[in-house]
Amino acid sequence: MSNAGEWLRGEGPHHQIVVSSRVRLARNLRDRAFPGWAKKAERSAVLELIKPRLEKLPEMQDSFSELLQDLSALEKQVLVERHLISREHAAKSAGSAVIMNRRQTLSIMINEEDHLRMQSMRSGLQLKQAFKLLDKIDTALEGELEFAYDQKLGYLTACPTNVGTGMRASAMLHLPGLVLSELINQVVQAVSKIGLAVRGLYGEGTEAMGNLFQISNQTTLGEKEDEIIARLTKVIETIIEKEHDARQVLIQKRSNTLWDQIGRAYGVLTFAHAMNSKEALNLLSIIKLGVDLGAFPEDKRLAIDELFMDTQPAHLQKTSQQKLNAEERDHLRAEIIRTRLKVFPKPDISKLAKGAGNGSEPTPTEQ
Amino acid sequence: MLCDVCKCNDATVFLTQIIEGKMQKVNLCDACSKDKGVQDPTGFALADLLLGIGAAEEIEKGSATQRCPVCGFTQADFKKSGRLGCSACYVTFTEALTALLKAMHKGTAHVGKVPQRAHRAGELSDRMRNLSESLQKAVAEENYETAASLRDQIKQLEGELAG
Repeated sequence: MSNAGEWLRGEGPHHQIVVSSRVRLARNLRDRAFPGWAKKAERSAVLELIKPRLEKLPEMQDSFSELLQDLSALEKQVLVERHLISREHAAKSAGSAVIMNRRQTLSIMINEEDHLRMQSMRSGLQLKQAFKLLDKIDTALEGELEFAYDQKLGYLTACPTNVGTGMRASAMLHLPGLVLSELINQVVQAVSKIGLAVRGLYGEGTEAMGNLFQISNQTTLGEKEDEIIARLTKVIETIIEKEHDARQVLIQKRSNTLWDQIGRAYGVLTFAHAMNSKEALNLLSIIKLGVDLGAFPEDKRLAIDELFMDTQPAHLQKTSQQKLNAEERDHLRAEIIRTRLKVFPKPDISKLAKGAGNGSEPTPTEQ
Repeated sequence: MLCDVCKCNDATVFLTQIIEGKMQKVNLCDACSKDKGVQDPTGFALADLLLGIGAAEEIEKGSATQRCPVCGFTQADFKKSGRLGCSACYVTFTEALTALLKAMHKGTAHVGKVPQRAHRAGELSDRMRNLSESLQKAVAEENYETAASLRDQIKQLEGELAG
């Protein structure tokens, strides 16, 4: 668990813009009280019934399996920052557990809001593949556990918003081009209109941190799993196109603004001695855009992607192996970023056009 | 403006969401917004909150004293948490939930994955329905030989269903 999962090492399709894809399935046991209503003994009974069966799965060999009561607050927070457990689950203690594979591409929460919350994560745009793995695990489990299922309503869940497929598919998109060109609100509104939800990195309305946006299906009843995923994938592909277009327009029409942003982000990250996580995410997002556009060498991509995670509050404290207050965190965050950026060359503006490569040759104006 | 949930404090958090052109707004006071997880963004969806409130109104139409025979859950509990008690609650509170689910989702019936177990049960009950219909028809037509054979098949199927 010392390193972040492989889904963070962007190698999947469209990885420049789609940071990760995730699919989760909610399942419950028939006629057993849902975790939020169950008494402690009932929750423990469900846990004991489910946990050994998950550990037996071939996909879960050599897995990390922990009861929530055995994890420290900091360990739970690290898992939240890696999106391996939900914030709600981190608040749980006795009667709840989490099981994940070593690669951290598969994580199953026991007794979160539902008895089972199974999640599969992949780098880039791979919703279909993420679902395929979960579907296989779900089928293997249904031979051993009787899931709550109704002929008409499908899989029954604690919250009526998840009933039917029990599936939530989502992708995390990095959209600095749309944000810089102030087109993001239009996109968010259009997406909301067709029944999909848009959230920030850790929730919150449209003002997302680090130009990161999560897009997911809102409804679960009345549509097949693969239809939901196909629809979502199509919408995401359209957004990817719009993001590429926005970047091209920025290069051609507002290149000074773009280079100014990249230069400033580089300057502040290289010299600052105190930085909160919001500022860090926003500036790192601009550097990531710089890598995409060729202002920084491609082999520096991983270092930036890792900083997104390593500068989160719990990850900082895990690194320093002590509890830090906000001020201490801001200093340490700035220090880590400065150290890692030491090996970074200055942004090379002459490469910007080539990096973006879309045929058209923009003419950079010298200042 | 008062908080939509507790209706006693001034609202300080204003949320708007647009789904399929329908705009929904919720105004909350500081305490309720914390209580509903609004300030804990990952665990929060406006839909859940809206549905929680709407759900409470929907469900009040039913009998207030109704209790789920499996888990003892009541409608008042649903009003409080927006979550149900167990899978049998979907049967107990079916009347109130039908309208709610209709407003919440794309359709009213599941068309996705069917677990093997339910799949078999579904097939058996379909066959049972067909046999019963044929039996009634055979009796009406005074075709007693066919009726007797159908009755045997039904008995056998009942055995399978029970097993």
